[in-house]
Formats: sequence, structure tokens, C-alpha cells
Amino acid sequence: MAIARTHILVCGGTGCSSSHSQALIDELNRELEEKGLLGEVQVIKTGCFGLCALGPVVVVYPEGCFYSHVTEADIPEIVEEHILKGRIVTRLLYQETVVDDKTIKNLNHTKFYEKQHRVALRNCGVINPENIDEYIAMDGYEALGRVLTQMTPDEVIQTIKDSGLRGRGGGGFPTGQKWFFARQSKGDVKYVCCNADEGDPGAFMDRSVLEGDPHVVLEAMTIAGYAIGAHQGYIYVRAEYPIAIHRLEIAIKQAREYGFLGNDIFGTGFAFDIELRLGSGAFVCGEETALMTSIEGHRGEPRPRPPFPAVKGLFGVPTILNNVETWANIPRIILNGADWFAGMGTERSKGTKVFCLVGKINNTGLVEIPMGTTLREIVEDIGGCIPNGKKFKAAQTGGPSGGCIPASLIDTPIDYDNLIAIGSMMGSGGLIVMDEDTCMVDIAKFFLEFTVDESCGKCTPCRVGTRRLLEMLEQITSGNGTLELLREMEELCYYIKANSLCALGQSAPNPVLSTLHYFRDEYEAHCVEKRCPAGVCKKLTRFVIEEEKCKGCTACARACPVNAIIGEVRKPHHIDPEKCIKCGACMETCRFNAIVKR
Amino acid sequence: MKSLEELAALRERMKNNVAMRQDNSTATRVVVGMATCGIAAGARPVLTAFVEEVNRRGLKDVVVTQAGCIGMCKLEPIVEVFQPGKEKVTYVKMTPEKVSRIVTEHLVNGNPVTEYTVGAYME
Repeated sequence: MAIARTHILVCGGTGCSSSHSQALIDELNRELEEKGLLGEVQVIKTGCFGLCALGPVVVVYPEGCFYSHVTEADIPEIVEEHILKGRIVTRLLYQETVVDDKTIKNLNHTKFYEKQHRVALRNCGVINPENIDEYIAMDGYEALGRVLTQMTPDEVIQTIKDSGLRGRGGGGFPTGQKWFFARQSKGDVKYVCCNADEGDPGAFMDRSVLEGDPHVVLEAMTIAGYAIGAHQGYIYVRAEYPIAIHRLEIAIKQAREYGFLGNDIFGTGFAFDIELRLGSGAFVCGEETALMTSIEGHRGEPRPRPPFPAVKGLFGVPTILNNVETWANIPRIILNGADWFAGMGTERSKGTKVFCLVGKINNTGLVEIPMGTTLREIVEDIGGCIPNGKKFKAAQTGGPSGGCIPASLIDTPIDYDNLIAIGSMMGSGGLIVMDEDTCMVDIAKFFLEFTVDESCGKCTPCRVGTRRLLEMLEQITSGNGTLELLREMEELCYYIKANSLCALGQSAPNPVLSTLHYFRDEYEAHCVEKRCPAGVCKKLTRFVIEEEKCKGCTACARACPVNAIIGEVRKPHHIDPEKCIKCGACMETCRFNAIVKR
Repeated sequence: MKSLEELAALRERMKNNVAMRQDNSTATRVVVGMATCGIAAGARPVLTAFVEEVNRRGLKDVVVTQAGCIGMCKLEPIVEVFQPGKEKVTYVKMTPEKVSRIVTEHLVNGNPVTEYTVGAYME
């Protein structure tokens, strides 16, 4: 195949796909064909570039132009101007890449990318995930080849141990240690599993790795199979990730064709194969024992540990289970050495971590940073601050199992131990940014609603405890809270943590405890003053007209759907709190800013 | 896949395919003028010839791209070659036939083909 002079990379991740990037690809191919350019210009669908806020994203090489928010209507212009005549369509460029003298800055030197260090995401947005050759061109399967032909299983495990890699799924257990235990366990049959049951609200890093670079997971699992003596792997991926599943299926097929899976890999006699198992989206199946129960075909419920999976896991035999992002680091560690990996990060947290930057932030997207980067760097430099110049209030990490980091701790270097010390956790890497308009009680309630929904019901502390906890939060947000209730709530939190069977229940009270710790004044305002400082909890919000500002124009009275505003023309109006439904329509209508939320 | 050598051979073949997407600030850039004037004067076959020749010789670190009109429409097709740390070389009145000589002498051996340049034409 001839090598094209220009590559047009179109993001095919879930974010850009849902803003119709496939239509862009079709349109591009049509336009290129019409202009007779198909042979020399290649259109490639890649995985996520990370800057989801700017999607759909189109990148043109060799120039490295980063076009953002591209629509179908823009395609003829891009082809006509840029591809045919070489004139870059400046109006579509991501403005940060345009330098004052009209030249284009390399994307890697923009603020969003500059502080990032891509290890797990190195191929995302660079290669075509449906083409194994492109993965091979980026040193793919070299690590597997070296492991099988040049290293003993013990050497592999020692390398992973020395690298200091810890599980990226949330717990942070040392990966090499896990493999070591599984290798020590006696048994003819062992399994290697991949946890791709990403369930935290606002987290999508595993999905992005699978969509952008599926072969890296296959390669890493095969390496692990060799290290512990397993011949079968399972990837447990949620059915809600259709693109990821599709690309994994293609990847497995290609790997089998090339002989990276199957019998006699690299002529060494080692055999390994991988199958997919689709989860139907129960949050608890992200817990390792529940996940394995689900693969076995049973209802996804956890069981007590020990025995740990490394001793007695899937189908009762020794099993290792690692998260997608953990797997994505393995081939790089083998190729570059344990010291290279251990050279990044902090003393006890090595390497990099992928975070999904979501919430009240300008650059929503996927970022990978060395451990030890501060929250401030993530929010202000990479994230590009908070929209509309609002103030940073807190960040939530670890999803429904994690906690909030208040603005006062924004300079904390992020790693496993620091996050736990301040009452949150790494979790899988969701990072939800909140601004001054966020009510912390409401946030805690949101996460509790999620855990109540997702509790599997096997153990009472979690099934009943989280439900009671949610009811207490509802009382507080509806103005029926008392200080006594706060005390009881805190006690219940510790009870649930101490007595639940699995991590879901043990960590479910974390959002409540951490907000209670850092934002107790907000809880007290709800309970004592019956007021929601952020103006979110409807039942505690009052709309008031400030008399001195009101001109009596009657605009608000006409906008009010329930006729709660009364007053004569040209005289100050006022709102009847009994009738008001707190819809805020009056506030939007008023041209004199006379209506305020209290 | 039976050996590391086999994998390495395949990787070498595929590397060219993705090389373009890496940081290429050190690459030689061959820029073909492709404004209306350039296209009318026959810039397309020149561009295609460059792409083919570069591929055929498996040259790494060479980027073939296009630009708009630089103002000397009567000398089109114009091709400019940029090499880091060196002066820009401008070839004028290009034809596909001239391409293979430029690739061999200039891109591979580092000696610009003086007789095709704008300087030679102006004399």
C-alpha cells in the first residue's frame, strides 16, 4: 500500500462519536473521492485525543493541525483549502494552538497537553485501533516477544514488582505482588482477568484505552499469563461500551491471525487465549469477587475475602484480576525497564495516572499526569479553570467511593496515600470539579442515590444502611434536619463502613463523611438556619425581590407561571413564598437584577 | 508470529505508515505550491511524484506537503524544500520528470539541484 502524504485523524471515541464523528469520516471520504485524493490522503479513525470538550476533533498530519468542533458542513472547506491547496483553515483550529505570528504551535506544547505524560494513553488518538499493524509499528507486541523468548516468569514478576506499579482500579494494591501470589498458588489451571467494568459516574478512562488501544490490554494479559502460568484470559467489559467491545473483538481476531494469541506464541510453545464476557452494568460487578461470580454465570454478588482471588478466584482456581489502565502500563514497563517507570511519580506511587476531568471545568476530557502532580495544576493549567470565572470549591475523586477535596487542599500532590490521608481515594480516576454554585449536601445525596441503587443487597449494612443514610440526607435537604440528625448520620456512616461485606458498602459513606468533615458549616446551615448556601436545595431556597431595585415593570409577574408575584405597576413587587415554586423564571426575566436567591 | 526478528521486520515495514504522526520538527519539508495557479500549471502530478519517490526510497524524516500561492505565479509549479538549519531552496517550473533527480541529489545526498532553482532561472 502506498504511503499517504497526509493523514487525517478523526476521533472515534465515545465522546466524539456521539457528536457524529462517523458522519465526518463518511463526508471526508466522499469529498476526497470527488477530488481524486483518496490514494494520497488517508482518513483514520482513532481513539480519544483527550480534549473531549472540543469534540468532534480532527487532526491533520504532517502539519499537526488540531481542528475542533468540526461539523459536516466544514468538511468541503477543509478538503478544498487545506488538503488541496495547503491553506490551513484557521477559524476551525483549537485557538490555543495558534501563535500570534499565525504559525501553529505543536499540540503537545499547549497547556492541556504540556503537563501530561502519556504512558497508558500513548497510542490513544495516534493509531487506528482497528489495525494491528499500526500497533506493531508503535512497538506493539515487542514486550510480549521479549518476555516469552528472553525472560523467565520470575524475572517478569520481579520487573513488575521493581517498577512499583499499583493497581489503577481503585485499591492501589501492588501489581507485582498480586502476580507473585498467583504464581505461588499451586494449580494446573489458572486465569487472568481484566476488569473493564468501569462504573463510576463521570469516569471513562478504561473505555478510552479499550477504544483507542485495545491491543495493549491483550498483550499485557498474555504477558501475565506467562508470568503466573495461565492459559486463558477473560475481559469483563460492560455491555454499555459498544465501541470498546467492537474494537476488542476485532483486536482479538487480528491477534489470533498474527499468532499473538493461540498456541505456540513466538514459537515458544506457550499457549494463551482471551475471551470477552459482557457485564450488564451492575456497579457491584466492578468489585473483584462479584466480577468473577458474574463471569461464572451467577448473579453478580461479592463474597468475603480471604481467600483472595490469587489463591481461589474464578471457578475456584488461582486468578489475577487487573484493571484496564493497569494492563496498559505493563508492556511499557517491560520495554523501558522497571527503573524508568519507578523514576516517575512519588515515593510510594509510581508512574502516571489517567484522570477523567469532568464537572465545572473548561477542558473536559481525559488527562494522564505523573503521580504527585497537584490538584491545582490539573484544574488551573490542564483543565483551563472553571467556566464563567467562577471560584473552585472542591474536587471529588474516586466517584461514589471517594471523597471531596476542598479548595484549601488544592496544592496537595495527588497520589494514593495523600488522597487517603485527606479522606478521599484515588478510585479509578474520575475527577469531578465543583464550583461555588455546588451544594455539598446535594452532592453527597447524589452519590448516595447511586450507591442505594447499585447495592446488590447481599449484606444488611449496605442494603439497609445506605438507604437510611439517603433518607437522612433527604431530610436535611428538605429542611427537616437537626444537629442531632447530623450526629446520628455520622455514626451510621462509621457503622456501614465497618460492617459491610465488600468495598461498595465499605466506601459508600465516604462522600458523606468527607463533605461533613470539610463542609460541616453547609450541613449546619441546612439544619439550623434552614438555608442552602449554594442555592441548590429547592425547598430551602427563597426568591426575594429587593425593594430598592424593583422598578415595578411587572415583567416578573407576567413570567411567573403560578401568579405568585403581586404588586402595582411602578411600585415594588413582592413574591408570595406560599405560592412560589422556585422555578427561577422571575430571576431570569428581571432586567434590574432585583430578584435574589436567599 | 514465530520470532522477534519476524516481528521486527513487520514493524520496520509499518513504521513509515505512522511516522508522520509523531513530532516531526526535525524533518525535511517538501512544500508544493498548490494554489489555483500552481494546480493549473500542473502541480498535482509533481506532488504525486514526490510522494511516490519518497515512498519508493523509504525516506524517513521527509514530509511532503502543500502550500498556497507565494506570488510568482508565472514560475509555477513551485516546490520549496526546507531543511532544519539550512537555507530554503526554491525549485521553479517543476515537472514530474525533475522530481527523481531532486530526491536523489538533494534529499538523499544533500546537494541542491542548482539548475532547477529560482536563482538559476532568474539569471
